[in-house]
Amino acid sequence: MSIESLPILTSADFASDQDIRWCPGCGDYSILAQMKKVLPTLGIPREKTVFISGIGCSSRFPYYMNTYGMHSIHGRAPGFATGLKITNPDLSVWVITGDGDGLSIGGNHLMHAIRRNLDLNIILFNNRIYGLTKGQYSPTSPLGKITKSSPMGSIDNPLHPLSIAIGCEGAFVARSIDMNIKHLGQMLKRAAEHRGTSFVEVYQNCNVFNDGAYSWATDRESKADATIILEHGKPLIFGKDRNKGIRLNGMEPEVVELGKGVTEDDLLFHDEKSPEPSLAYLLSRMRHPEFPEPIGVFRAVDHPRYDDELNRQVEIAREKQGQGDLNKLFHSGETWSVSS
Amino acid sequence: MSTTTEGTSGSAKQVFTIEGATVRLAGDSGDGMQLAGMQFTNTSALAGNDIATFPDYPAEIRAPRGTLAGVSGFQLHFSSDDIFTPGDKLNALVAMNPAALKTNLADLEPNGILIVNVDAFDKKGLSLAHYEKNPLETGELDGYNLIKVNMTTLTRGAVKDLGLNVRVADRCRNFFAMGLLYWLYGRSTDVTLRFIDAKFGAKPDVAEANRRTLLAGRNYGETTEALPSSYHIDPAKLTPGTYRNMTGNQALAWGFMAAAECSGKELFLGSYPITPASDILHELSKFKNFGVRTFQAEDEIAAITSVIGAAFGGAMAITTSSGPGIALKGEAMGLAMILELPLLIINVQRGGPSTGLPTKTEQSDLLQAMFGRNGECPIPIVSACSPADCFDTAIEAWRIAVRFMTPVVVLSDGYIANGAEPWRIPDIDDLPKIKITHPTGDDADTFHPYSRDEHLARPWAIPGTPGLMHRIGGLEKQDITGDVCYDPDNHQHMTDLRAKKVANIADDIPLQDVNGPEKGDLLVLGWGGTFGACTTAVERCRAEGLSVAHAHLRYLNPFPANLAELMGRYKKVLIPELNMGQLRFLIRATFLVDAAGLNKVKGKPFAVSEIADEIKRLLA
Repeated sequence: MSIESLPILTSADFASDQDIRWCPGCGDYSILAQMKKVLPTLGIPREKTVFISGIGCSSRFPYYMNTYGMHSIHGRAPGFATGLKITNPDLSVWVITGDGDGLSIGGNHLMHAIRRNLDLNIILFNNRIYGLTKGQYSPTSPLGKITKSSPMGSIDNPLHPLSIAIGCEGAFVARSIDMNIKHLGQMLKRAAEHRGTSFVEVYQNCNVFNDGAYSWATDRESKADATIILEHGKPLIFGKDRNKGIRLNGMEPEVVELGKGVTEDDLLFHDEKSPEPSLAYLLSRMRHPEFPEPIGVFRAVDHPRYDDELNRQVEIAREKQGQGDLNKLFHSGETWSVSS
Repeated sequence: MSTTTEGTSGSAKQVFTIEGATVRLAGDSGDGMQLAGMQFTNTSALAGNDIATFPDYPAEIRAPRGTLAGVSGFQLHFSSDDIFTPGDKLNALVAMNPAALKTNLADLEPNGILIVNVDAFDKKGLSLAHYEKNPLETGELDGYNLIKVNMTTLTRGAVKDLGLNVRVADRCRNFFAMGLLYWLYGRSTDVTLRFIDAKFGAKPDVAEANRRTLLAGRNYGETTEALPSSYHIDPAKLTPGTYRNMTGNQALAWGFMAAAECSGKELFLGSYPITPASDILHELSKFKNFGVRTFQAEDEIAAITSVIGAAFGGAMAITTSSGPGIALKGEAMGLAMILELPLLIINVQRGGPSTGLPTKTEQSDLLQAMFGRNGECPIPIVSACSPADCFDTAIEAWRIAVRFMTPVVVLSDGYIANGAEPWRIPDIDDLPKIKITHPTGDDADTFHPYSRDEHLARPWAIPGTPGLMHRIGGLEKQDITGDVCYDPDNHQHMTDLRAKKVANIADDIPLQDVNGPEKGDLLVLGWGGTFGACTTAVERCRAEGLSVAHAHLRYLNPFPANLAELMGRYKKVLIPELNMGQLRFLIRATFLVDAAGLNKVKGKPFAVSEIADEIKRLLA
């Protein structure tokens, strides 16, 4: 089939025939909508696309996509994706997970998937709460969070997903926000286009159990001062009036006002391609309200991919030893014959 | 049984022909007893004897040197007759140190050959083995044919001008012991000399030291007055063919590769290291040129989930583990079952519960395989009964998995996994093909992920196929469409369907056969690694005139269709198991048969005599 004759797909082609059962107003709808918008732009046929999820609200996602999909078990989606990708390297494999699924019960698998750097796209919907089990604190809930299982406030020190991803040698690490649909679409596309494990954290509102967790990042009045959009090679400038920036003071970032002796050249310039992850890590530690929280691509570097390497070893072995012959193998080494 | 023959070995001493012998090498876990045992095994196999082995080693890689906890042993039974077990009583024991003597002496027959390394019986060695007095001097070994050899001194002497340090030189002692045994049983040193070249070729001085020590051991046998005669064992009358020596783990690995070839698939193994299953991972990771892809996962759960992912993608996917790992895989096994994807879960059983006895054998995971998951979750179970049988078991398990679209559990155990026996090499082209069909884009109009064929198997549609996009998952699905469905009647229906599918496998497997009379006083019903001991015990009892037969189950879920009728033909049923009665529990629950059990969990296989004695007791 030539490129010209490829059918032109639309968002609607990626919708499955299943009724969507997320709560009305859930941030997941927005992510689903953006995904359906982005996929037709990638030039990958639907049958070559697979969504694999764990358990939780976000993990219902594969049911709503007219692609191949698997709704697996809690926290383990990266394992399924790994086996599928190793044996079918031409598939485009997406992992859909959440803060509980990916960082609590499935933390181990997430860590190892990222460091192996298979060509997967992992999207973590971070709503900082357990939604499907109706409102317990999650590993990303802030300290003091009052929930059904923490009536006096959570005393669990939260994890920061991107810090984890970068600590696991993540080669593509990005963040977006459910309400910022244009940016979200861009991040999903960048993730799809990156070869290797792409890890995208999406700030996602659970309007039933944790409504407003990210209002500072989505409200019209506050978002310009509370977030900062990362652009490769550009200085870190933010604020409604774009008059604030991030400067490095020794090893620490600080918020400065432009003018008054501070110029753009004094600011931190974003470098998503830096071989060293220190800058990306530093950005991942910038937390609201002390800092504007960065959204965008923190890191995008090229690392060897496990699936490529394994299949390369298979090729090399075949080149060196020839395609395996079981009869030869069975008769190799010490054998003896018994005659009648 | 013993006759004097001409010295075919060129020995000037008298040579007796015997039917066979059981020999154990025992020493410190750093003494190379497993290596020596494997060499002795290969050499005996190449001499045409039937063989059965029992390696027995501690869980610690190097327990403190010289201690009772650090003793490692390798038992070999070789014979000119058909044999099925590594033997009950030892005809000969080699004890490399006092600890090895102390822990192994009880198994040596009266007047048995006892070869000891005298040099190790110093004050420290005796004290580590908790001997207050030197047993070589107290007369307590008078009931044995004690042969005292200064093995350390003689080994050092043999290598002295090679300039090796003492530690390296002493590491050759196992070759001295081997050489001595080779002389005693009329073995050629050729196989081991070739092995030395291959293994130590890169270190010429070490190779030379081992070579010299091996020959020194053999020459010592020829010259010492302590050994007045040696033995000869004729080749066994095995079925004509070409043979090689195989361990159970190797036979499983090769069986999976054969199954992949017979079904036109490439093999994917997702595994996490665990004793005693790791050797399957090691073995398969060598064969990338066969298209075998091995993935050492971060844990047991990732191992099986990667396998389910690969199975979804159309690969022949398997995971290998042991009891504790299987416990971790339980949830994913349930998913594989409701997804109705073909894959294999291999449990090389070891002593449990929990970490239990990692290096010791047991059959105590049968009920785990049967029931160890939430919900109504039947999974077919097949078991291997001997090292060579692992090859056929692997292929049969995959045949069932793809025909019925189901995960299948394969049960082996530590005894089978590490034990070795001759394996008659098949021609790969003679093995039956395993037919697999995947729906294509042409089927798009009629495709439903949970429609079923005559075996109740659903179609195996793999990602990448145009027009067949579908979603599967752990939630209950609607019959035929596979859509998520919470309807009560549908859940009942799907539960019934899945159970029926597995039960129907009984119509697709052979009827259970019996070794012995068609009906009679007693049926010995076994499964797995007790095959050899059951076979030998039953044959022995029958030779004594008892009315006893033996049936050994390969298929544990479902049972063969004729099993109830078969058991009904005997007055009593005895089920020997290396657990506390797990098959007996299933047999009683399924058939209301009042079977008797013979049960032990001591980390060791049954002695033939234990089963024979129980048969006689039940028939007295």
